[in-house]
Amino acid sequence: MTAQEVFTVLKAQFGDALTEEKISAAGGSAAVGYALQEWISIAPEKTKDICFFLRDDNEMQFDYLSCLSGVDYNNGKLGIVYHLFSMVHKHKLVLKTLCTKDHPHIQSVSEVWGTANWHEREVFDLFGITIDGHPDLRRILLPDDWVGNPLRKDYKVQEFYHGIKVPY
Amino acid sequence: MLQPPTLPTNYTIKPGHIKTSTGKTIRTEEMIVNMGPQHPSTHGVLRLEIVIDGEIVRECIPHIGYLHRCFEKHAEQMTNYQQVIPYTDRMDYCSAMTNEWGYALAVERMLKIEVPERVEYIRVIMAELQRIASHLIAVGTYGIDSGAFTPFLYTFIDREPILDLFEMTCGARLLYNYIWIGGLSHDLPPKFIEQAKEFCKYFRPRLKQFNDLLSYNEIFVKRTANVGVIPKDVAINYAISGPQLRGCGVDWDLRRDDPYSVYHKLDWQVQVGKGELGTSLGDCWNRHMVRMREMEQSLNIIEQALAGLPEGNVKAAIPKRIRPDKDAEIYVRTEGSRGELGYYIISDGTASPFRVKARGPAFVNLSVLPEIARGCMLADLVLIAGSIDIVLGEVDR
Repeated sequence: MTAQEVFTVLKAQFGDALTEEKISAAGGSAAVGYALQEWISIAPEKTKDICFFLRDDNEMQFDYLSCLSGVDYNNGKLGIVYHLFSMVHKHKLVLKTLCTKDHPHIQSVSEVWGTANWHEREVFDLFGITIDGHPDLRRILLPDDWVGNPLRKDYKVQEFYHGIKVPY
Repeated sequence: MLQPPTLPTNYTIKPGHIKTSTGKTIRTEEMIVNMGPQHPSTHGVLRLEIVIDGEIVRECIPHIGYLHRCFEKHAEQMTNYQQVIPYTDRMDYCSAMTNEWGYALAVERMLKIEVPERVEYIRVIMAELQRIASHLIAVGTYGIDSGAFTPFLYTFIDREPILDLFEMTCGARLLYNYIWIGGLSHDLPPKFIEQAKEFCKYFRPRLKQFNDLLSYNEIFVKRTANVGVIPKDVAINYAISGPQLRGCGVDWDLRRDDPYSVYHKLDWQVQVGKGELGTSLGDCWNRHMVRMREMEQSLNIIEQALAGLPEGNVKAAIPKRIRPDKDAEIYVRTEGSRGELGYYIISDGTASPFRVKARGPAFVNLSVLPEIARGCMLADLVLIAGSIDIVLGEVDR
């Protein structure tokens, strides 16, 4: 299934939860397999439902979550990008979900794919996006008492950490 | 002569309580044990917080981040795309070549650059040599984890000629900075092909020796069979990849299934766990065995690539300043030594990347540990953690 077909199915199933669609971001010559990737944008509070549908629907069966990345778009928006793959049908899909910096909340998908658990903790740790419904939302790479979320574009490193000077 | 200790017959021991013959219960309780961060079996600075009930692991919580070096933040702060490559080396330091390749490939696909055929062949040779070197560490240290010390020394002897080959090519033995965007830093030195062929010839019988020494060793098989079994569906749900996934019996290899470079021109087979010798699919022994068999396939690939190595330039014509289109983004995955190594790169049209996310296979593979460690014996936990073959540089990035 191409992203366009998946989009049509999702539109029929979830309607308004799909905020924006973008197919073939920069064109690309598909013949040599270099086409830059197509993606579908979904609402952050519907993420879990849509992902369950994508995993369990017979046509889709996106059972393999390759990668989950947080992004700070530097325009007041944060987001998570999901790279899905189906081991059964061998097709790929890129999902994006956006939230604002003032209200950084995105639903967890760790019930859908177990691998999302650690990825989402990393997003929480480095981007400060609260993952709603996550079973164990703690920092993962940084110490628990670290201040700030380093991968945000407006991050300022703290002066001291336990009396140790941080910027070198 | 020493007799093995026998339990008094009037005691029945079950997890959680000890009962005397009169039916009286002796209170036992769960205990929290920290394994690591400095522990020889954690292969680096990994801390496992373990809740044990006698010898049985009730809960295992990995704590990572001791080796966090801000790879993604550094990548954003570089002044050009090329400067990121030395940082990718330092992620999975046992398998630096494949890391570089994954990143270079991602940027090349963003820019739609075709690299010369010679470059592709050399990259394949380097990546497969690296895979052998990396698997040799995995196999050797796994021997130590299971109580066999000798194989470790043997594997390190055989890793040496591979590192020599790398050294004569680019001067470094561990962190190469060899595969660049659009090509390589150097062409192969004059004696490389000869020495590489010699190594292949020498190494094939050694593999059989390792198998006889370790893989088919009765004690080793008994120790690792049916330990730490990952069922197929759990493995896919947790997005396990590489030898771990193939050990579960899933026929999946990105070199074949999401093809890149010239792998499709070469003749080799994806190795999948078979579950022979009384072992079951997805256990520690099968994971180990997939690595052993993969080394042989890597040798096949190297030999063919050496024979078919075309002449030509080792640098493609790339723009002086690498600037992918604004808002271009790409996720490229390659088969690293430990599994799916993915780079997600977003460009904002400037000379430095807007966002680089590295999806390290070791990070994802380790995340399944709490799931499979629950209910195993404490001594088996060492074996399970060893069979995942983590490199903490990549887990923490």
